[in-house]
Amino acid sequence: MKIDFRRWIRQPHVSAGTLRNSFDRRSVVIGAIQGGIGVLLASRMTYLSVFENEKYKLEAESNRVNLSLVPPRRGWLLDRHGQPLASNRADFRVDVIPEQMKDADRTIAELGKLLSLSPIDLQDLQDKIDKAHGFAPVEVATGLDLERFSAVSVRLPDMPGVVTQRGFSRFYPTGPSVGHLIGYVGAASAEEYEKDHDPVLITPGYKVGKDALEKIFEKELRGKPGARRVEVTASGRIVRNLDTREDVPGQTIKLTVDAGIQDYAARRIGPESAAVVVMDCRNGDVLAMASMPSYDPNSFSDGIGRLEWKMLSDDDHVPLRNKVLRGLYPPGSTVKPMVALSFMEAGLDPDESVFCGGGLRVGNRVFHCWQRRGHGSVNMAKGIYQSCDVYFYHFAQRIGMDPIAAMAGRLGLGHEFELPVVGQSYGTVPNPAWKLKKYGKEWQTFDTVNATIGQGYFLVNPLQQAVQASRLASGRIIMPRLIHGRDDKPAPSLGVPAEHLAYIHQAMSDVANGPGSAPHARLPFPDIKLAGKTGTAQVVGLNIGNGKGGQWKHRDHGHFICFAPAENPIYACSVVVEHGGGSGAAYPIARDVLTYVFDKQKGMDILTELEKNWGGTPQERLDARYRAYSAQYGVGAPAVSPDAVQQAETVPEPRQPIVSDAQSPAPEPDAAANAPAGTASPVAPVTPGNSGGNPQ
Amino acid sequence: MSRSIVPEAISRQPWQMLIPLCGLVCLGAAVLYSAAGGGLQPYALSHVVRFCVFLVMAIMISHTTRNLFRLAAYPVYGGIVVLLVLVELIGAVGGGSQRWLNLGVMTLQPSELMKPAIVLVLARFYETLPHAMTASWRGLVPAGVLIGVPALFVMIQPDLGTALAICFGGVVTMFLAGLPLWWFVSAAGALMVIAPLAFFTLLHDYQRNRVLVFLDPESDPLGTGYHITQSKIAIGSGGIFGKGFGNGTQSHLQYLPEPHTDFVFATMSEEWGLMGGLFVLAVFAIVLGWGMGVARRAPDRFSSLLAAGATATMFFYVMINLMMVMGLAPVVGIPLPFMSHGGTSMLTNMICLGTIMAVNRWNQGRGSLR
Repeated sequence: MKIDFRRWIRQPHVSAGTLRNSFDRRSVVIGAIQGGIGVLLASRMTYLSVFENEKYKLEAESNRVNLSLVPPRRGWLLDRHGQPLASNRADFRVDVIPEQMKDADRTIAELGKLLSLSPIDLQDLQDKIDKAHGFAPVEVATGLDLERFSAVSVRLPDMPGVVTQRGFSRFYPTGPSVGHLIGYVGAASAEEYEKDHDPVLITPGYKVGKDALEKIFEKELRGKPGARRVEVTASGRIVRNLDTREDVPGQTIKLTVDAGIQDYAARRIGPESAAVVVMDCRNGDVLAMASMPSYDPNSFSDGIGRLEWKMLSDDDHVPLRNKVLRGLYPPGSTVKPMVALSFMEAGLDPDESVFCGGGLRVGNRVFHCWQRRGHGSVNMAKGIYQSCDVYFYHFAQRIGMDPIAAMAGRLGLGHEFELPVVGQSYGTVPNPAWKLKKYGKEWQTFDTVNATIGQGYFLVNPLQQAVQASRLASGRIIMPRLIHGRDDKPAPSLGVPAEHLAYIHQAMSDVANGPGSAPHARLPFPDIKLAGKTGTAQVVGLNIGNGKGGQWKHRDHGHFICFAPAENPIYACSVVVEHGGGSGAAYPIARDVLTYVFDKQKGMDILTELEKNWGGTPQERLDARYRAYSAQYGVGAPAVSPDAVQQAETVPEPRQPIVSDAQSPAPEPDAAANAPAGTASPVAPVTPGNSGGNPQ
Repeated sequence: MSRSIVPEAISRQPWQMLIPLCGLVCLGAAVLYSAAGGGLQPYALSHVVRFCVFLVMAIMISHTTRNLFRLAAYPVYGGIVVLLVLVELIGAVGGGSQRWLNLGVMTLQPSELMKPAIVLVLARFYETLPHAMTASWRGLVPAGVLIGVPALFVMIQPDLGTALAICFGGVVTMFLAGLPLWWFVSAAGALMVIAPLAFFTLLHDYQRNRVLVFLDPESDPLGTGYHITQSKIAIGSGGIFGKGFGNGTQSHLQYLPEPHTDFVFATMSEEWGLMGGLFVLAVFAIVLGWGMGVARRAPDRFSSLLAAGATATMFFYVMINLMMVMGLAPVVGIPLPFMSHGGTSMLTNMICLGTIMAVNRWNQGRGSLR
């Protein structure tokens, strides 16, 4: 140890010479290390700039250039005269992309201040962000004025994830009137993006069709997105535009619908829950297909807010259901012309009469006529225009159900039509085979009797009724159509003899113009006659309510089918008023709509007068209701679940209990016509209590 | 004779080093011109002006006698340590860390001045140390204290980069002074043990983070790793001949952080490509090679240690900066000599350069000034 220690101490012999030597040696080492590092740096640099040049060039380029898709302008939907039902309007919009936001709460608060959003708006925005997938843009506001738009634009560098854009948004000029017909658009959902990986779906501002025609024609309406390449700084400021590729707008689709009639029909429904279909009975063009109350597709396109949802789901008039296609109702007496036609075809002489004393015994039950006092001697024409039930009870038993059901099918009842719509409920035309299959029970005589007056198992939708009216009017197999200018060859004949049709036409004309059940359905023109048929369908048994007053839900449905001019039919129309209290609620709507069809000014005058009492147009009433809701509930409304809307639109068909008894027909409106006060103003709502839209 | 003095004074300048250096400074000015978006202000003009001013200063330093250097060594060192303490005190009073003194005319960063000063004081120390004691504790401990005190003060500022530069210059000087090799080997061994410990205890969070991000820049592409990534993109995208003067997108669109100071080399590479980079490396090789040559030719222990230490200090700047911008070292705030915009680093480097030029003069006038 000691030796070792000494050796360590003593060992180095240090002098100026050895130090000089070691300096020389060591400076060479240092120099070599420096040179080595120099070579290392040079080769590293060569590696970066030569061998990895491509990679880094690309990265520099992707730093510098920002490619953004410009959402394509959606194709327009035009009416038959070229008037837009759905168009685009230029607007300023702000979106956020949740994934890119650094401090979401602060950003949203800041946006709320800049855009002056209400607490309700902020709540809805938060809901949308919670629901959205990170990469998908969420709309904050559209239709901004330049001032607020630029207020956000200048602060963009401080608010990552916020996107401002000048673009186009969908615009429905007539708002709620076309809600169910056209549908609405909205930001693509995650499922939609999974199905169709088109990057345009997650472009801020791009909307896909969510319902009805907008959904069906999504592919055609979409168009091709444009692109914009811009040079941006690290903080996202745009330095200059590099190039722009214009978008290719989607196709324009021309519908058979007449915008004026559609809007008029929707507005004329007023506060009722009703459906109106107007068709050209020569070729099947659907001129109007209105279901009210409706939603405003303009306000749906930014997502459905909590308050909006509460407002719609609270409404017992089911504004989310398209009653034209999804509403099923017992057709009531509107089937009588059809039944009469089947009688004639089965060989019944229309002049053969039966005595109506107010009822008819079938088996051990008495089936009443709606007119308890009886109609006296009734032939086929009187059976139709006076809507005598006993006439049909009597002869239906002789002819049997099968010819009636066959004729119903030929006239379009129970059919689903080839139309670009998201769903049709096609209802039931009952016959013995059907009942056996469905309930395992034999067809009874009272089933036939019920069916001949459009009760029992009979269920139709308003579109089928309009088709029925068209086929009755034209004698041809008219198919409804919505797209203009397709397949213009004349429809084949029904195969019903012309004299049968003429007889039915005359009887239907007498409903309004002769001694019929709806004298007030007459058109206010001396030279144009309307031919129609009333119908009142019971909703509940007489033991629950009489169908006129009482609970709204228990009132009878009102029906009216008609065509005009009676001699040379052009237009066919069907009206269903849910729980309208009887056909008296339905035919004034049909009459006024057809008045408008023939004379727009006259029609509008009537409507203007009516809307004064109703509190304005549907749009105005909807807005007023929204204001009332926002005052009442504020931000307290519950959140909307994602598929609640879809569910609401597809409400199941009404239950069909087994009918085992006679159904008493509801009174036809000429009874009411006897009361002078009630019909002095024929267009007044049948039940005053109903005019507020909320019977409770 | 008086007539021939002026041309002789000029002819005696080390032009083989000065001309490439001027070229480098001009390239630096061009890059700064481009980084300013195509303007002499605010970087390029002041860069050139400073270089000229400091070059005059360097030539004046080079005319200083060896004895003056020897006499000044300890007072200069002591003065700068006092300044370092002063900075700490002012910083403590003012709240927060401070690295500079405001002299009214300019801000002075004493830690920068310490880099040449440490070389100077160590050269003086080893000159006066009896040769036989070089290998004993008396050759080590005082030198260690001379390095440790300023390094510690700079470390607590905190300025890790400068502290490392001071230590590096000092250690290289000690190494060249002939201290036993096994001391350095065992110190390096000890360092390898201590470094991980220091990493987790001594370093500040941001410093630790920088090291971690250096090891894996992609882990934080938008945070600290951003600097390294963007710098590599700038260098790599330049290719062999660069994107052309004024066409660098990384710097002009602000993707590159600090395009005119720490990352000036990346700015340059983007526009001048590999050729520009090799030119810069070549100039540094010439300047530093000349420095080492001067040190080797120096007649005595003091001048050779002085020249070699000054060269090592400059080398440290170049090495760390270039390794950083190429992604070979963590981000440390050390500028590139003669190219980065900034007065203090230019001053330090020109003092080093002036010192080497002085030694060069002593070599030429061998014996006459002794």
